[in-house]
Amino acid sequence: MATKKSNTIKLKFDSARNLAPAPESKSAAKIDPQYELFINGKFEKPSGKKYFASINPATEEKLSMIAEANDADVNKAVKAARAAYENVWKKMPGAERAKYIYRIARMIQERAREFAIIETLDGGKPIRESRDFDVPTAANHFFYYAGWADKLEYAFPNRHTSPLGVAGQIIPWNFPLLMAAWKIAPALACGNTVVIKPAENTSLTALKLAEIIQEADLPAGVVNIITGAGATGAAIVNHPDVNKIAFTGSTEVGKIIQRAIAGTNKKATLELGGKAANIIFDDAPIDQAVEGVINGIFFNQGHVCCAGSRLYVQESVFKEVVRKLKDRLESLIVGDPMDKNTDIGAINSKEQLNIINNYIKIGQQEGAEMYQSSASLPKRGFYCRPTIFTNVAQSNRIAQEEIFGPVLAIQSFRTDDEVIEKANNTPYGLSAGVWTDKGSKIFNMTTKLRAGVVWANTFNKFDPTSPFGGYKESGYGREGGVHGLAAYVNIV
Amino acid sequence: MATTEKRIEVLKTYKIYVGGQFPRTESGRYYLATNSKKEKLANICLSSRKDFRDAVSAARGAFGGWSGRAAFNRGQILYRIAEMLEGRKAQFVDELMKQDADKAQAEKEVNLCIDRLIYYSGWCDKFQQLFSTVNPVASSHFNFSNPEPTGVVAAIAPQENSLLGLVSLIAPIIAGGNTCVVLASNTKPLCAVTFSEVLNSSDLPGGVVNILTGKVAELAPFFADHMDVNATVYCEADAATQNMIKEKSALNVKRVFLYDKVKWNDATAQSPYFIMDLQEIKTTWHPIENIGGAKAGY
Repeated sequence: MATKKSNTIKLKFDSARNLAPAPESKSAAKIDPQYELFINGKFEKPSGKKYFASINPATEEKLSMIAEANDADVNKAVKAARAAYENVWKKMPGAERAKYIYRIARMIQERAREFAIIETLDGGKPIRESRDFDVPTAANHFFYYAGWADKLEYAFPNRHTSPLGVAGQIIPWNFPLLMAAWKIAPALACGNTVVIKPAENTSLTALKLAEIIQEADLPAGVVNIITGAGATGAAIVNHPDVNKIAFTGSTEVGKIIQRAIAGTNKKATLELGGKAANIIFDDAPIDQAVEGVINGIFFNQGHVCCAGSRLYVQESVFKEVVRKLKDRLESLIVGDPMDKNTDIGAINSKEQLNIINNYIKIGQQEGAEMYQSSASLPKRGFYCRPTIFTNVAQSNRIAQEEIFGPVLAIQSFRTDDEVIEKANNTPYGLSAGVWTDKGSKIFNMTTKLRAGVVWANTFNKFDPTSPFGGYKESGYGREGGVHGLAAYVNIV
Repeated sequence: MATTEKRIEVLKTYKIYVGGQFPRTESGRYYLATNSKKEKLANICLSSRKDFRDAVSAARGAFGGWSGRAAFNRGQILYRIAEMLEGRKAQFVDELMKQDADKAQAEKEVNLCIDRLIYYSGWCDKFQQLFSTVNPVASSHFNFSNPEPTGVVAAIAPQENSLLGLVSLIAPIIAGGNTCVVLASNTKPLCAVTFSEVLNSSDLPGGVVNILTGKVAELAPFFADHMDVNATVYCEADAATQNMIKEKSALNVKRVFLYDKVKWNDATAQSPYFIMDLQEIKTTWHPIENIGGAKAGY
C-alpha cells in the first residue's frame, strides 16, 4: 500500500524568526541598586546586614541587591502584622478595607508598564506575557477581592465569618507579582494581615508592590514583605504567632510544611505541583488543539504548575498532531524576553535550567524520542529549546515527574476509558485539558478527570473569579472566586 | 407445645464489614467487649493493618461507582438506610442499654440517628447547588465550579456516642459521594457492627462504607499514612494522636479534619459544611464562540 503523501511541504521559518527586534525599553522602569525589607510600613535594613544578588536570567547581569531576612526580621514582621491586626485591620469596617484594596489595584494598573518590564527583567518571561497576563491579572485580582471585603456575610450560607489573624505566605518564582496578588488580596479582604515572602530569584515586583502599598497609605503592618530564601520561609512557617500558612510551590516543600505545622493550630492552603494531561480526541479541531497544546506547555517557558506537560493523542490523529506540533515548534521565537516578538524567554535560573536539562537527558536515556526546535539560543543567559518527546511510556520519569520547563511528553491512546485511566494515574491532580468537538464527550471527560481545573478546548486560562487549586498531592484549598475566601476565614 | 424451660439464646458473632461482606479479622485476634459492670458482651474483632488495607482497596474499588451515581439515587439510599434503622430500632436500643445507656437515652440516640440520616439524605442532591458557582470570567469562556468528592476517607469514630457519632460521621461522607473506612468505638463497638448490617440491607453498594473494630492506637497511624487514602477524620481530643495523624497525613497531602469539638447530640453536629469538608472544588472552562455581531436585544 502506498503511503499517503503529505500535502505539507517543509515549512520555512527563517524569515519569521528574523523579525525586526521590537524591544521594550528598560528606561520605563526604575530598579534601585539595593532593596530593604518592608516591615510595619517602612523599608528596613535586615538585622543580619546580609544581601543577595538578583540577576536577569536572560543576560546573567546583576539587577539589584536584595535584603535577606533572618529569624529576628521575620519575628519583627509577624509582630507588626499582629499589632496591625489587633489594633487596626480587624476592627476596620469591610467597606473601608475594600477601599484600600481597590487603591492597590488601581495603582498597579497605573504603573503596569513598569511592573511588566521589571517582571520580565527579573524572571525571564516574555514581555508580552508580563504585559498582557501577569500584571493585568494581578491588578484584577486585587480589584475582585476588594469588592468582597464588605460582602463576606453573603459568601457562606447560614454562617458568619471571622478573620484568621496573621497569614504567612510563601510564593514561587514563576508568576511573582500575580502570586503575591493571589495571596494578599483575599487575605486582606477577609480582614487578615500578612507577612509574605517572594521567591529569592524574583523579589523585585513584590518590593515594587511594597512601594505601592506604602503609597496607598495602607495602615502600617497590614502587609509586610520580606525577602530571603528557604530559611526565611521556614521561619515564617514555624513562627508561633502565625495563624495561617498559604504556600504555592513544589509538592516536596508542601509536604514539609504540612508536617512542620502538624503540631500546631495553624491552618494551611497548599497549591503544589502538577503533571497535567492534555487530551486530544480525533474529532478535535486539530489546529486549535495544537495551538492549545503549545500554549499549555510553553507558556512561561513551562514554569507553570498547571502546565499541560503530558499530551495524550488519539491514535488516529497521532501522526498529524505530532507533525503539526513540530512545525509549530519551529515557528516559536526563543530569545530575548524583552523583545515583544518573543514567545519563549529565559529559564528562570541556572538551577532550574540544570534540572530541565537533566530531565531531557533522562528522557533520552529512557528511550523516548526527542525533538527540539532548531532555534538558535542567545549566547548568554539561561535558555532551553522547546522540546517534545514521543515514544514515551507511562512509567517514564518524564511522564511522571514535574519538570517545570518547556518539555512535553506525548503518548497515544485508543479509547476514552484508557485515556481517563492514564490521565488520572498520577499522584497529582491540579489541572487537565480536553480537546474534542463533541459536547457530551467533553462532559464525560471533565467529570471523570480528577483535577481541580479542567480546560475544555482551551488551556491555561485564569481569572480572579475562577477558583484554582488541586486534588490529591497537588494540594488543598482554592484561590480565586468565592471559594477562595474560605482559605482566609473561620466559618462559624 | 410451649415449654416452660428457658430458651437458649442464639448469641451474635460480631464481625467486621469490608467490601459488602462480613469477614472476621484476617489476624484471628479478638478482644472482649464489656460494660461498666464488667459483664461480657461479645468477642470483637481486633482488626489488623491488613484488614485496614483490604478495606481501603474495597473503598477505592467502590469509589468510581458511588461517586458516579446520580445524587438523587444516593439520597434515596441514605433514606433507605434510615428506614432499615427505624425497623431495627429495638435491637439498637437493646445494644445501647447493654453498653450502659438507660432506655430513654438509648431511644433518643437511635431516633437522632434516624433523623440525621434523613437530614443528609435530603442534602445529597442539594449541597452542590448551594456551593457551586458560575464564574463571570472576563474572557469569552463559560466557567463553572462545583464540588466533587475527595475520594477515600479514613475516619476514626468517637468513643462515646458510639452509634450517633458513627452515623453522624458516615452520613456526610457518603452523601457527598466519597467512600470510607471507619474504625468503630473501641469501648462500645456493638452498634457499629449491627449498623453495618443495616447498611448491608439498604442498597448501599459493597465497599462504600467499611467498618472495622479494634484499637485506635494500633490502627490510627495506618489511617493517616496509607497512600491511597485521600482524607483522614479523627474525633477525639487526644493531642498526641491528632498531631501524629496530621504529621503522617503529609505523606500524600491528605486532608485532615478533627471533629473533637463536635457535640454529636446537638443540632450543630449536622450541616452541609460537614459534607463540604470532604469535597474538592472543580472548575471547568470552555470557550464561547464570539464571531457574530448579533446581540440578544430583546
